[in-house]
Amino acid sequence: MSDTVTTPIPETLAEPAAGSRPRSLSLNMGPQHPSTHGVLRLELELDGETIVKCQPDIGYLHTGIEKEFEVKNYQQAVTLTDRIDYLAPLSNNLCYCLAVEKLLGLEIPPLAQWTRVMLTELTRLNSHLVWLGTHAIDIGAMSVFLYCFREREDILRIFEMYSGQRMMTSYFRIGGLALEPPRGWQQRVRTFIDAFPSKVDEYEELLTNNRIWIGRTRGVGYMPLEDMLDLGVTGPMLRAAGLKWDVRKSQPYSSYDKFDFEVPTQTAGDVYSRYQVRIEEMRQSARIVKQALEGMPEGRWTADAPHVVLPDREKMKTQMEALIYHFKIVTEGFRVPAGEVYQVIESPRGEVGYYVISDGTTKAYRVHVRGPSFANLGAVPRMVVGTLIADVIASIGSMDFVLGDCDR
Amino acid sequence: MLPENLKEHATAAALEAFDSSAVLSGKFDRDELTIEIAPAKIVSVCGFLKYDLGFVRLSTVTGVDWYPAEPRFEVVYHLHSLDRREWLRLKCRLPGADPEIDSVTEVWRGANWFERETFDLFGVRFRNHPDLRRIMLPDDWEGYPLRKDYCVTGDRV
Repeated sequence: MSDTVTTPIPETLAEPAAGSRPRSLSLNMGPQHPSTHGVLRLELELDGETIVKCQPDIGYLHTGIEKEFEVKNYQQAVTLTDRIDYLAPLSNNLCYCLAVEKLLGLEIPPLAQWTRVMLTELTRLNSHLVWLGTHAIDIGAMSVFLYCFREREDILRIFEMYSGQRMMTSYFRIGGLALEPPRGWQQRVRTFIDAFPSKVDEYEELLTNNRIWIGRTRGVGYMPLEDMLDLGVTGPMLRAAGLKWDVRKSQPYSSYDKFDFEVPTQTAGDVYSRYQVRIEEMRQSARIVKQALEGMPEGRWTADAPHVVLPDREKMKTQMEALIYHFKIVTEGFRVPAGEVYQVIESPRGEVGYYVISDGTTKAYRVHVRGPSFANLGAVPRMVVGTLIADVIASIGSMDFVLGDCDR
Repeated sequence: MLPENLKEHATAAALEAFDSSAVLSGKFDRDELTIEIAPAKIVSVCGFLKYDLGFVRLSTVTGVDWYPAEPRFEVVYHLHSLDRREWLRLKCRLPGADPEIDSVTEVWRGANWFERETFDLFGVRFRNHPDLRRIMLPDDWEGYPLRKDYCVTGDRV
């Protein structure tokens, strides 16, 4: 175009008439914004740089998992739970298995319980590492991401060793574990966990006293404790606001009462204190893994329940009874007594709940998943309204949500 | 009316004392207390539970479809008391035609999204809800996927 053509200034961009109200600007953040970790969309209304209204829009990852539970038999459905929260697959495996085991009234042997604790704590480390790396990258600290993914790789290798899978492990089964713990696991876990606390020191060296990090996070994203409880927020966010509540301590499941660990808390309730809480949680998880490693009991890895757990290969070839059970479990699945249970556990993000209703058949009548990310995200408007747009990234990063867990 | 074995249970007895017409039935199974509430009384019962009995947290709200039985729908609330480490499950039964119940968002603001989800997937309407829209599915979606007459495969009936 030639430079003689002048474009008229559109009406909306013209200077407002004197005395008129300041215009607000609508901003659509996401669903592909790099800092939203998945597909979250925030409709923001801005007055200058201040947010006056925020409307989260979710559901982009809704896959109807709760419906799918109703057409899979109980054991098959374990694989669905991995896909809910893809950063903490084993926590979801565990919660679902505990719920169904409660319906069945199964006793899980100590080896399986301790292995479950050890692996869910490694999951917590894995999840917190991804959180820390991506949160830091959002705020501008690139190198932390590389450090975190270095350790995460080690954890994924341990998962692969156990289950053959790096992410969608499905290693916990109703009645125990899927496979015998692999040969050489002690060595692999020990090498990792002995080195890990010094790695946490490295992250802290990069961030904890970093002036830019403190400037971007301290006092940002504050929400009072009463509002959090009212809005259903759980997990590290609550603990960073001063509430010492952790399901692992208050309602111990899977032998957590036999482990010695602290529940870290802070009182500021801002992004920085959430960072401090999660860093300390990593140290505590490492302690738990170490205790599990050192005190791992001997014994079987599945419950003594032939109607639920697949028989040994060897028994199947020699015993008629085992062959019949195998045939029944594989073709039909096992029947679960009618009833309903609501099982909660502490996932890296907060309280995961599985509400399982059985009508006495081989498939669940209804499974409802209470994802911590879903409830936490409901609190986003309360957290960001009135703050600056630049702080939204830090605020939502500190929530550590997974959209798969939110949308299911 | 509470069954005999629940009259001794502190929470159940307190609820019955608060409003005996609201408590329709109850059971204690696998260490979990379930109380069925008259749908019209849900907000007052929840208010009492939160402010007088200390159930400060609403963990989740969801629905269950018992098609083809009547009343067809159940709305299920899971409440948690942090001080007493106690859980409570409330249920309200709603008819299959035009299921509607009062929203508990005025008691717990966190109920907002859970009720939207129940509306979206079951078609249960929540009266006095501040923003009752679909949350998981697109706004123009037809049907309610978690209903039992909504097919998983094949053509929809």
